[in-house]
Amino acid sequence: MHRNPSRPLSPHLTVYKWGPHMLVSILHRITGAGLATIGAAALVWWLTAAASGADAYKDFAGWATSWLGIVVGVGLTWAFFQHMLSGLRHFVMDIGAGFENERNKFWAMMTLAGSILLTAGLWLYIVMGRGA
Amino acid sequence: MSMATTQSGEPGASPATDPAAESPIARARDLGSAREGGEHWWHERLSSVAVLLLFVWLLVSLLRLPALDHRGVTEWLRQPSAAVPMLLLILATFWHLAMGLKVVIEDYVHEEGNRFLSILLLDFAAVAGAAFALFAVLKIALGPVAP
Repeated sequence: MHRNPSRPLSPHLTVYKWGPHMLVSILHRITGAGLATIGAAALVWWLTAAASGADAYKDFAGWATSWLGIVVGVGLTWAFFQHMLSGLRHFVMDIGAGFENERNKFWAMMTLAGSILLTAGLWLYIVMGRGA
Repeated sequence: MSMATTQSGEPGASPATDPAAESPIARARDLGSAREGGEHWWHERLSSVAVLLLFVWLLVSLLRLPALDHRGVTEWLRQPSAAVPMLLLILATFWHLAMGLKVVIEDYVHEEGNRFLSILLLDFAAVAGAAFALFAVLKIALGPVAP
C-alpha cells in the first residue's frame, strides 16, 4: 500500500505492555464482527422463518434449541453484552472522561465482569423462569 | 504538475510549486482527511444509541412473550407496537453494522482494489440483509392471520 513517507507512523501494538484496556478494545471489534455476521444472519433467519410459515419456523426453532444453537446463542448474548458495555465505556471516553490509568483499567475490567454476569443472569432466567 | 511533486507532501517546498495553481484534489491526495471522518464518527454514535435502546426493547419484549413459537411471535409482530420498533431496529442495526465492518475492512484490507471491492460487497450484503428482514416483518404485520 502506498504510504507518504513524509507523514509520521505512530508506534504500534508490539511496543505496549498488555493490559485489560487492550483486551476490551480488541474484544469490541471481535464481538462487533461476530454480531454483525452471525448475529445478523440469525436475526434475518428468525424473521424470514416467521414470515414463511409454521414449518419454516419449526426448522429454525429446532436449530436454535439444538446444543449447537444454544452454544451460538450464549456466545451471541455474551458478545452483545460485551459490545454493549464497551460501547457505553466508549461514550464516557468520548466526552473525555475516564482516561486516568487506574480508572481506565478498572472500567475495562468491569465490562468483562459485567458481560459475563449479564449473560449468566439472562440464561439462568431463561432456564429457570421459562423452562427454555 | 508531476506526481512526484504532489507526493512530496510539502506544498510550496519548491519555488516552482504554487499551491494556488494546484487543483484541490491534487493538494488533498495522500494528506488523509476527506472531511467525512467526523460525520462517520457521529453516525456511529447516533446508531449506537439507537441499537442500544432498540435491542433492550427487543430483549425485554421477547422475555415477556408467553411463547416464542410461530403463533406467539407472529401475533406479537402483527401489533404496530412491535412491528414498528422492529422495523426501526432492522434499519438501525444494519446501518450500524455496515459502518462498523467498514472500519474493520479499512484497517485490515490494504490493497486499494480489494478494499474497494470488500466495502462494495459489504454494503450490498447489508442492504440485502436489511431488505429480507424488513420484508419479513412487513409480511407478518400486514399479511393475513395465520391459521
